[in-house]
Amino acid sequence: MSEEIKVDKTMDLKGLPCPMPIVKVSKGIKEVELGQVIEAISTDPGSLTDFPAWARTSGNEILKTEQDGNIIKFYIKRTA
Amino acid sequence: MENIEEQIEKFKVQLEAVDKKTTENKISLIVFSGDLDKVLASFVIATGAVAMGMEVVMFFTFWGTPVLRKKGRKVSGKDFMSKMFGAMLPEGTSAVKLSKMNMGGMGTAMMRSLMKKKNVASLEQMLEMAAELGVRIFICEMSMDLMGFKREEMIDYPDLTYCGVAKFLEEAINSRIQLFI
Repeated sequence: MSEEIKVDKTMDLKGLPCPMPIVKVSKGIKEVELGQVIEAISTDPGSLTDFPAWARTSGNEILKTEQDGNIIKFYIKRTA
Repeated sequence: MENIEEQIEKFKVQLEAVDKKTTENKISLIVFSGDLDKVLASFVIATGAVAMGMEVVMFFTFWGTPVLRKKGRKVSGKDFMSKMFGAMLPEGTSAVKLSKMNMGGMGTAMMRSLMKKKNVASLEQMLEMAAELGVRIFICEMSMDLMGFKREEMIDYPDLTYCGVAKFLEEAINSRIQLFI
């Protein structure tokens, strides 16, 4: 049974192409406390590669990635 | 004992030298082109780099310079050549054209409407975002002079500096990435 992730903030990034999803998420993550989780919803297929790259570089952690059709959900924990 | 102290001293000097050579988490872009597509790519990289936690500096030179003109700002006291250049070069972001498939402006107009439809940020929006994100912009003084642009006809941007090649090189030496676009 998968553990439910507690989301502290949701960001709707649907319809936004590169570079907006990571630009917005990098701003949004600063609005939550360390250890809190952001749910980011994107429809940009490039996000699948971009979000992990952004997380590695900025030192944040992607807890889970869900894909449903063209909707991609990232659960990102602020660790930096 | 003395020997160890001497060695420590030596290491300190060496460490300081290494420290000076270590690059900062920074990217320096030279925007030489005044083409819509290339300037757009420059801003995508610049804003993306801020998101990645990098410091960003952009240097606008040569054909890139008129992109930062403010539309409709008339200045007096220009000589004939400066007036000619002023009339022929794009007056700010709204007047720049595609490097390919411009087709007398039709291609550029189509690209702009396509960008809008696909939610791609326009150059104007990109510039606004860059300002908000703290991207520093430098404008080449020599290009300004060559094309006869005056400072009062350039855009209002929070962090705008006029400079020469030495300033660019100083920033570039300390950057991890340098791009010429």
